[in-house]
Amino acid sequence: MPSLIDLRRRVRAVKNTQQITKAMKMVAASKLRRATERIMNARPYAVQMQRVLASVAARVDSSVHPFLAVRERTATSRTLVIVVTGDKGLCGSFNTNVIKGAGQYITSATEPCTLGLVGRKGREFFGRRGFSVLFEQIGIFQKLKFDDAKVVARLAVDAFTSGEVDKVVLVFNEFKSVMSQRVVVDQLLPIEPHEVVLEGPAAKAGDSQVDYLYEPAPEKIFEQLLPRYVEVQVYRALLESNAAFFAAQMTAMDTATKNSAEMISSLTLYMNKVRQAAITREIIEVVSGAQAL
Amino acid sequence: MADSLPTKIQLQVVSADRSLVNETVDEVQIPGSEGYFGVLPGHTPLLALLGAGELWYRQGSEFHYLAMAFGFAEVQPDRVTILAEFAERADEIDLARAEAAKVRAENRLSSVTVDMDAERARLALLKSLIRLQVATRAKIRS
Repeated sequence: MPSLIDLRRRVRAVKNTQQITKAMKMVAASKLRRATERIMNARPYAVQMQRVLASVAARVDSSVHPFLAVRERTATSRTLVIVVTGDKGLCGSFNTNVIKGAGQYITSATEPCTLGLVGRKGREFFGRRGFSVLFEQIGIFQKLKFDDAKVVARLAVDAFTSGEVDKVVLVFNEFKSVMSQRVVVDQLLPIEPHEVVLEGPAAKAGDSQVDYLYEPAPEKIFEQLLPRYVEVQVYRALLESNAAFFAAQMTAMDTATKNSAEMISSLTLYMNKVRQAAITREIIEVVSGAQAL
Repeated sequence: MADSLPTKIQLQVVSADRSLVNETVDEVQIPGSEGYFGVLPGHTPLLALLGAGELWYRQGSEFHYLAMAFGFAEVQPDRVTILAEFAERADEIDLARAEAAKVRAENRLSSVTVDMDAERARLALLKSLIRLQVATRAKIRS
């Protein structure tokens, strides 16, 4: 039987842990609020961009710009898989899920994959296991800016245009709600025309048949529009992942706080029982001593 | 055919970090990279690169002004979507801040020689100039 002092120490230790998890939960909650605000603000742009691009892609031939052209699969084809994980742990299954999702993609892919790792946890996992890694981006979630997305997009675009890879895929946690995150595998390059979702007035017959007027020439517009689109997609993935991270962390820390409260109460109960047993024993000793006199 | 043409335009202006305008309007003028162009309902589909300048839209007889720089515009007969790199409503512009930004950019331009920085400073100067221009003009008009 553990002694009273040991039990008291354990209760104190668990209380300390609880304080930490509670504080972390609160920090995550306030960061989550900011992160969701950012993603809500960034969504309209990303959505409109996607819509414009979809209606453009429906009208133009895929040979207009290399980003639109699907390359024929050859023996040397490679895929770049950009895995967006968190920089930190203590967030439940957040990192595990992305890594698992990426792993599944890699093993089921027909061509060999190269990795682009965003976030420390992904690097720790994949870096150690001898995967071919094209680039790493670490510590950008502390202060996420559009420029960070630009850097990642630049790396991906360079690898794609130089022919090093023929396809770029993004794997990240999508922020659905505070309680749920979903691992998403999105094709970044080449830009897929099947994203065309005609809705509302655009769905009216004949509307999409008319070709655009371009000002300036289409090549010039695509030269700017498509790289921008890639950047925006990456930026959105980073923001989603960031918000999802804090949501996951908040839930994980909430659970941890609850668990430690449970542990404290069961330990306290046990401690009281031990103490009571000791007192009872002492009384019996005293009483039986008195009777013996 | 003429009666099937839309009579209003759904205008959406979004910048990378927020949505600025989402309204039904009668007319829009957009600063294209090759010059300003006006859009009335029923415009033929158009995809344009944007320059820096002033964008205005009209609802009835009411005009609204925005300062904006770079990005893309997609025009459909009944819809205009502006994806701006930078955009601000005229009434949101802080004149003092824009003025300060202008001075800062000018100073940087006159002192720095590295290409990268100069490019950024030039852009900052351009943005602050547009902001100032749009804000002062909006003031005069009202």
